[in-house]
Amino acid sequence: MSKEKKENEDASVGAFICHCGSNIGGLIDCKALAEYAQTLPYVKYSEDNLYTCSETGLASIKKAIKEHNLNRVVVASCTPRTHEPLFRECILEAGLNKYLFNFVNIRDQCTWVHMKQPKEAFEKAKDLIKMGVAKAVNLEPLQTVKIKVNPTALIVGGGVAGMSAALSLSKQGFKTYLIEKENKLGGRLNNLYKLFPYDLDASQVLNNMISKIQNNQNLTIYTSAKIKKVTGFIGNFEVEIEQDGKLINIVVGTIIITVGTSLLKPTTLFAYDGKIRITQQELEVKLKNNDLNANNVIMIQCVGSRIEERQYCSSVCCMTALKNALIIKEMNPNANIAILFRDLYTPGTYYEKYYRQAREKGILFVRYNVNRMPELNEKQITVFNEYIGNDVTIPYDLLVLSTPLIANSDNKELAQMLKVPLEVNKFFLEAHVKLRPIDFATDGIYIAGSAKWPVDITESITQGYAAASRASTILAHTTLEVEGATSSLPEWNKSLCRGCEVCITVCPYHAIKKNEVDEIEIIQALCKGCGVCGATCTKQAIEIKHFTNEQILAEIYALGGREL
Amino acid sequence: MDFEPKILGFLCNWCSYAGADLAGVSRIQYPPNMRVIRVMCSGRVDPKFIFEAFQQGLDGVFVLGCHPGDCHYLEGNYEAEKKFNMVSKFLKLIDLENRVRLDWVSASEGGKFGEVISDFIDQIKKIGPSPLNTNNPDLNLLDKLKAIEIAAGTERIRALVGRQRKITEIENVYGEIVPLTKFNDIFDKAIADEYIQARILLSLEKDPKSIKDLAIEFNIDPSEVLKNILILKSRAQVDMEKIIGITPIFVKV
Repeated sequence: MSKEKKENEDASVGAFICHCGSNIGGLIDCKALAEYAQTLPYVKYSEDNLYTCSETGLASIKKAIKEHNLNRVVVASCTPRTHEPLFRECILEAGLNKYLFNFVNIRDQCTWVHMKQPKEAFEKAKDLIKMGVAKAVNLEPLQTVKIKVNPTALIVGGGVAGMSAALSLSKQGFKTYLIEKENKLGGRLNNLYKLFPYDLDASQVLNNMISKIQNNQNLTIYTSAKIKKVTGFIGNFEVEIEQDGKLINIVVGTIIITVGTSLLKPTTLFAYDGKIRITQQELEVKLKNNDLNANNVIMIQCVGSRIEERQYCSSVCCMTALKNALIIKEMNPNANIAILFRDLYTPGTYYEKYYRQAREKGILFVRYNVNRMPELNEKQITVFNEYIGNDVTIPYDLLVLSTPLIANSDNKELAQMLKVPLEVNKFFLEAHVKLRPIDFATDGIYIAGSAKWPVDITESITQGYAAASRASTILAHTTLEVEGATSSLPEWNKSLCRGCEVCITVCPYHAIKKNEVDEIEIIQALCKGCGVCGATCTKQAIEIKHFTNEQILAEIYALGGREL
Repeated sequence: MDFEPKILGFLCNWCSYAGADLAGVSRIQYPPNMRVIRVMCSGRVDPKFIFEAFQQGLDGVFVLGCHPGDCHYLEGNYEAEKKFNMVSKFLKLIDLENRVRLDWVSASEGGKFGEVISDFIDQIKKIGPSPLNTNNPDLNLLDKLKAIEIAAGTERIRALVGRQRKITEIENVYGEIVPLTKFNDIFDKAIADEYIQARILLSLEKDPKSIKDLAIEFNIDPSEVLKNILILKSRAQVDMEKIIGITPIFVKV
């Protein structure tokens, strides 16, 4: 059964041609355009206005709708990108469905770009109006859908970013769940001694946050817990959590991913043994327990990062090394410390100060080349010093390796459950690096902290607050309105569908799924109306509302003007 | 008098349509030959629209989207590219492939918008009017275009286009990545087959014909016609109507 041809015999179109002061009217004859529009099929009324968007213009549209029983409105003026909402609102006030409006751009894309060719611009405007009317005749009323929002949030990962987000949201009065896979909150903060800048005590910062969290009524914490399953969409995510073999089901409006990172263990690098050849993190533990007895310390930067297999910079290791070197120097001013680096990354005023201090305190900086790696011996390291062009041999009794933060091994599993993407290093990938840095493409899911990229504590807190703020823009509403111009599989096309699932493959929003009875189902709340599924559907069964095949073909036929 | 081509442009709402508006705001002047259809995403442009536009006698069709990696809908422009690739392959069969273009214009590239439009209009002016945009349209070409539209609309072709990125970039159902060259071999063969089958169907719709008649009509080897007739017969799209002498005559079902 093919789609029944929609009868538009009852279409009654009003066309309004705007002079836009002299922007349009100064070049082409808008009165003549209005007269021309009157001759087009289904046009019952047309007029030209000095400014259709003015109070007078809008009143005139409303009046014409009533007097001439119009059920479609076409405005030929500027651009839908600025004025479509205004005219939609106008016809809505006059009692029409807001989707029964069509915009024709005869200013930005006509009179402004053909200023020396008034005759051609006039002909182009005529064509555009003809096409616009043809589409309008085929427009259908659409309904926006209201979805209920559960004013609750789930935060996945109880590190500093997650705790910041949880505190912010719960303090705003939203019921917040914070889940952590380890048996205590704090994440990487648990292993740190002091924090740059200002050398704050990590445990103090952590305890301060945890006490605030524990005193918060709106906050429920699940430690040793993992997400098992996520279904639903913005406002209504159903999440299954496993804690100690028990399953807990919650419904939340938004989800924030703050799962952080893991540390690369350099098992095969520089004869790492965890005793005299250790990682920066193990050094932090030694410092914390005051268990350091080394006089000659060498730190090597970029161990396992910025290499072919792991090309990124882990961003926190330079500062960690500088900070720890200064702490050692403070504990034991006679200690000899050398930092072997490839490039040093100390952005901003605070961080650069650490570097200057380190130089002043006599810490030795030796730049090595990745093509000529430092050579390790039992008690000393030989490194080719790029600056002096010679090998230098430095003794050590403690070798500290700055290894990068890497993506958690379970990121893929979580990403699949949430249907959000990972980037090449398996970190979570935001919707847009600049325009939407805290959002995922999937509505209602946000990201903060090192889950996206290794960041320091300050940045984690900032992003945690940012994500909480993004989430609250959703949670503050009781309902959300979902766009009516989405894709759909109309009832009359259902029998065409063969279940090939190509639509599911191409949908970037995971808005299409197979339901319990093995039928394709499009979830309107997730669909953004891009229309790719419709243009791809192997049986041409999916319809893109407001940009249907009939509507677009009507525009093409109006332009071509040929009976086939 | 100079030939003034009639060109249709599909612009995506978020990048190229915004770029076109910016060209206006910046008063960038370009020739007035293009008429625009706004779509939300370049990936919305069903290949069918382009074939229909040519049947309508338009001289050129332009699809503009966001730059790769910048799509408002994440990946719609990549899908647009795959569809456009298919359109080009089909149009090549009838020498219309230089009348279409796909390009990327961002919302901030008003100047570039003017340039690509001017350049495309120039290109079409050089080629001259479409053989269908004359008082005496080439009806044979019209038939071929109709066949192309049918072929491009088949499940086989659309499925190949829709799955291309998955099977050549991610993995197919067997967990393998199919090399692009291999994919293109399969794709080109499918295009050739579906095109000839569509032409056979359209021709048989007019009147029943023998294999020899069809081979002469399309100027191809009779064995090629036979192979495709058998496929169409197995799909119950054609049937043998009668036998004249020893020659079977086929008809569209």
